[in-house]
Amino acid sequence: MLKKGIRDILSASKDTGWVLEPQAKRLFSMAGLDVPRFTWATTVEEAVQFAQEIGYPIVGKVVSPRIVHKSDRDGVAVGIDSDRDLAETFNRFSRFEGFAGMVAEEMISGVELIVGAKIDYQFGPVILLGIGGTEVEIYRDITIRMAPLQERDVESMVKGLKAGRLLEGYRGSEPINMSELTRLLVTFSDLVMELEEFIESIDLNPVICGAAKCIVADARIMLRDV
Amino acid sequence: MEASVNLKALFKPKTMAVIGVSLHNDRHPANVIYNKNSLRFQAKVFPVNDRGGVLMGETVYPHISDIPQKVDLAVIAVRAEMVPDIMAECIQAGVGGAVVISGGFAEIGRKDLQDRMVSLAKEAGFPFIGPNCLGIYSPPYMDTFFLPSERMVRPDRGRVAMVSQSGGTLVDQMSKFANEGVGLSLGVSIGNKAQIRELDLLRYFARDPATDVIAFYVEGFEKNEGRKFVLAADRCPKPVIVLKSGKSPGGGRAISSHTASMAGDYEVFSAVISQYGMVEARNEYELVSFCEALSCYNRSIEGKIGIITASGGHGALAVDACFSHGLSVPTLSEQHQAELESKVSPRVRAIASFSNPIDLTGSAVDDDFIAAAEFLSTRQEVDCVLILLLPYTPGITSDLGARLSQIYRQKDKALIAYVPHVEKYRIFIEGFELNRIPVAHSIEGAIQMADAIKRCQPC
Repeated sequence: MLKKGIRDILSASKDTGWVLEPQAKRLFSMAGLDVPRFTWATTVEEAVQFAQEIGYPIVGKVVSPRIVHKSDRDGVAVGIDSDRDLAETFNRFSRFEGFAGMVAEEMISGVELIVGAKIDYQFGPVILLGIGGTEVEIYRDITIRMAPLQERDVESMVKGLKAGRLLEGYRGSEPINMSELTRLLVTFSDLVMELEEFIESIDLNPVICGAAKCIVADARIMLRDV
Repeated sequence: MEASVNLKALFKPKTMAVIGVSLHNDRHPANVIYNKNSLRFQAKVFPVNDRGGVLMGETVYPHISDIPQKVDLAVIAVRAEMVPDIMAECIQAGVGGAVVISGGFAEIGRKDLQDRMVSLAKEAGFPFIGPNCLGIYSPPYMDTFFLPSERMVRPDRGRVAMVSQSGGTLVDQMSKFANEGVGLSLGVSIGNKAQIRELDLLRYFARDPATDVIAFYVEGFEKNEGRKFVLAADRCPKPVIVLKSGKSPGGGRAISSHTASMAGDYEVFSAVISQYGMVEARNEYELVSFCEALSCYNRSIEGKIGIITASGGHGALAVDACFSHGLSVPTLSEQHQAELESKVSPRVRAIASFSNPIDLTGSAVDDDFIAAAEFLSTRQEVDCVLILLLPYTPGITSDLGARLSQIYRQKDKALIAYVPHVEKYRIFIEGFELNRIPVAHSIEGAIQMADAIKRCQPC
């Protein structure tokens, strides 16, 4: 049974056709996934206050129901390191069509993965794991399984990635926390089973994985046409 | 379709009726079906035509209810508009099931006619195959294909069941099975698959004692039908092989997420088929060779290949092919190499090489192959033995296949043979195939067989 908070976010997003990043993150956070510390700022002051609380540098991302792929539109700024830089970024974003504020969030580093879901016509909910980032569709290093996933599926999914070794610690980097990745994928897959009738597809991209955690740094939920 | 419906009447009928025979056109599909069954198959066959009369000395019954015996199977080959009424008559007469050969239904936009038939059948719990299909090839009981027997290349009786959405594809696959010595337990062309679909047949063949391997040619599934299919296959103790067409992306619709773009219909199909332990054949040749390999071995291997060859080049090519398929070719220890060396004939001992690949050279005789295969079959580091046989080397005889198969029976380790040129070396090939050792005609093909055995994970 979906939590009320999750159902509320889905129904509030119906008209847009997809769930905006800050709401999507709230939804996944309610479902038990880790997200970065962030705020959805609609004024420069809110953004600055958040940045001063957690400390620079931070990431800024435009929020607009008209912009599905933020990076393609230069709507993502990483390494914002001062109040001034932050205000400039906010003002630049405010000129985007449909501007509805800015996500200000902590910067996280680690291996970037994509975790996705799609409601397939023939097979129903399926889960995708791949090497993430903005170039996912260039490398297409992905593996797909029918949901719900079992824990043992995660291991075989990682093995199925050409760049799977990146997750094991490569050239001095620490290996990622496999049990956290497993928890994330299994929790996500269980959630997707419950979301089947509401969604068309989901991108969690990137999911940033390190030695301690796997954090959903960006999320997009495309809703089903009804 | 309910799982409980008994399909036995369809596949092993004792009596059958062919509805729609012509009294003056011998080439009418119904007449072809009637003739071949009355001359060559076990089921007792009755011709039906609403005008009655006599066909080649036999009474033509105007209605199925006029037939004096209970009819197990009705083959319906009348105009589409008449099919629902004919089916109703069959149900009324207590017929066990039907094959609807006739076209002219959903495939030309007459879904209404098809739906009428489905709801009639559903209400009565009456199983039927088709419409728009060739139906069932089930020797020695019967054959509903409207193709003269002499025009078909007919495989032997065997352990592979094949289900195909396309009749033509099934007939051509059958001829390839025949060429490769793969025997068929049953072939079913399901056409529009209005009622009996892949899932029903998967469940039937999973329990059919005459079938060891189940092969499908699939064009596509209905909404969520693929999910049910793979879950059923997951519980199936037999190897399931799937050949899919319609792999190119449909396009058209705007795709707004990376996941939807990368997880296209075919990508998902292919991934899920393998997730559930089925083996996807990428083309018609793989389908045949996988059927051959998996009807010999249905236990999965890790893919640690031991190679026995009479030519260094063949060995090297096989190692490359193993590598490209993710199979390993483990090296043998010095001690084991020496042990094997002591077992081969003196004249090859000096010139052969005993690491893996084991190159016995063109001077090898049957006994050397036997010694090497016996040795590899006892090694833990190898779970599949590949025999690259060059039948033109003078020391080899046509007994080798049968002798090697004895090793498999004793040691229970998968053997795969490569033999070039089907026609010239037929007797060598039969020595293997009749004794259930699969034979490939290219090195790549032999490695693909090993890969299929590795990928296949029946429960």
